[in-house]
Amino acid sequence: MSTEVLIEVQDLHKSFGVGKIHALNGISTSIRRGEVVCIIGPSGSGKSTFLRCLNLLEKPTSGKIIFEGNDLTDAKVNLNLHRQRMGMVFQQFNLFPNMTIMKNLTCAPMTLKKLSKADAEARALELLRRVGLADRASSYPYQLSGGQKQRVAIVRALCMQPDVMLFDEPTSALDPEMVGEVLDVMKELAAAGMTMAVVTHEMGFAREVASRVLFLDEGKIAASGTPDEIFNHPENERLKSFLAKVL
Amino acid sequence: MFEKLREEFVFNFIEGARWKYIVNGLGVTLKVTFLALLLGTAIGLVVASIRSSYDQNKEDLRPGLWKTLFKLLNGLCNLYLTIIRGTPVVVQLLIGYFIVFVSSNDTVLVATLVFGINSGAYITEIIRGGIMSVDKGQFEAGRSIGFNYLQTMRLVIIPQAFKNVLPSLANEFIALLKETAVCGYIGLMDLTKGGDVIRGRTFSAFMPLIVVALIYLLLVIIFSKLVGILERRLRRSEH
Ligand SMILES: Nc1ncnc2c1ncn2[C@@H]1O[C@H](COP(=O)(O)OP(=O)(O)O)[C@@H](O)[C@H]1O
Ligand SMILES: [Mg+2]
Repeated sequence: MSTEVLIEVQDLHKSFGVGKIHALNGISTSIRRGEVVCIIGPSGSGKSTFLRCLNLLEKPTSGKIIFEGNDLTDAKVNLNLHRQRMGMVFQQFNLFPNMTIMKNLTCAPMTLKKLSKADAEARALELLRRVGLADRASSYPYQLSGGQKQRVAIVRALCMQPDVMLFDEPTSALDPEMVGEVLDVMKELAAAGMTMAVVTHEMGFAREVASRVLFLDEGKIAASGTPDEIFNHPENERLKSFLAKVL
Repeated sequence: MFEKLREEFVFNFIEGARWKYIVNGLGVTLKVTFLALLLGTAIGLVVASIRSSYDQNKEDLRPGLWKTLFKLLNGLCNLYLTIIRGTPVVVQLLIGYFIVFVSSNDTVLVATLVFGINSGAYITEIIRGGIMSVDKGQFEAGRSIGFNYLQTMRLVIIPQAFKNVLPSLANEFIALLKETAVCGYIGLMDLTKGGDVIRGRTFSAFMPLIVVALIYLLLVIIFSKLVGILERRLRRSEH
């Protein structure tokens, strides 16, 4: 892991409606290149909102997101360009149902990076092979199981060769027997040095893979530290009671 | 009884080759309907895109010239929808012929334009519904991968929306087919007018009008069947 900061979050606030629901109440942290940051916390604590603010899918009410030196909250910045370097994986997969798997994987690189069809397909096939789905290239999303869909969704993001991957509860919509295959892909990705921010309820995964764990509570980072500090020596009372419920 | 019907038929359609009124009229009806549907779909796509993108983006747009123009454009679209859906199509047809396109003697063209503009308003709502029926996650997936708004619409949302609305569009075609029967108001020789002309020549109402009705009915039944097949096939290719 280098010390280069990839994403810096400065005093991030987000409220929905006219100041009614305060989802995020001043979050500051930074994610360095190669880090795997797992974000845990009770439901409604703002984990998804935090992650979605990182690529401005959710527009922060105030605060700054500085990605590779560019302030994404600046209205003059070309968001689309920066989003190309931030892959995102959703709980509900969100594959494009009107396209084959191959088209799902190649349409963004071809449209946005002007890759030739042959190059885009070669890259897609190589990544599909790595997640064990090379034989499904010509299938449509509805023909795949949940676990397969999520692996394809990860590959779709990887095809853009992002600098960071954002995961929002990538295994929460899966049947239990399919959770492992998706976590395995994520572990490989982490081992290969990908920078990752992962919202998850899989404490085993966080314990094993995270370089740092953030515990969110009521829109704030209530505790942060290494997996050992968070899981084996929790000090924060809210964290203790949260862990007591989920472990 | 049967002999009487046969005599009536021969008298109304065969003598004086009056069947040509029916055949030519049917051709005009189909032509106006097809072209109007094409025009209406084009208008519907454009207006629905403007309306939807305005609704989705108005909060994110920075104040300025672009936002003002966008707002104006959206207002114009709303005006169009209100006027077209708030007035009878016959009145629109008469206004089109006697006021707007008064310099044109091409009644087929005028009818096509009027019906195209008219159905455009209804198709707008159909397509807008289709866009809204696409899961929000699709939009987010498109944007998060780096597509801009228009690319997301073109590559991800519109293809899915279009598939959702194909059956409704086919139904709009059927409605349009029947609505064009008022074309005779501007002297266009469509199927209905053709039947009516025969009635005027032969002074027998029953045979020509019933035949005209049967032809519409047959067309509608055939198209409904086709829509049914289409719907089943679309459903099969989904999750
Ligand atoms: N689009 C939205 N509109 C209104 N409130 C929202 C919206 N998204 C999230 N919230 C609220 O913000 C808070 C944090 O939500 P979220 O980030 O989804 O939490 P988590 O992912 O930790 O479960 C919750 O109270 C939730 O109801
Ligand atoms: Mg969430």
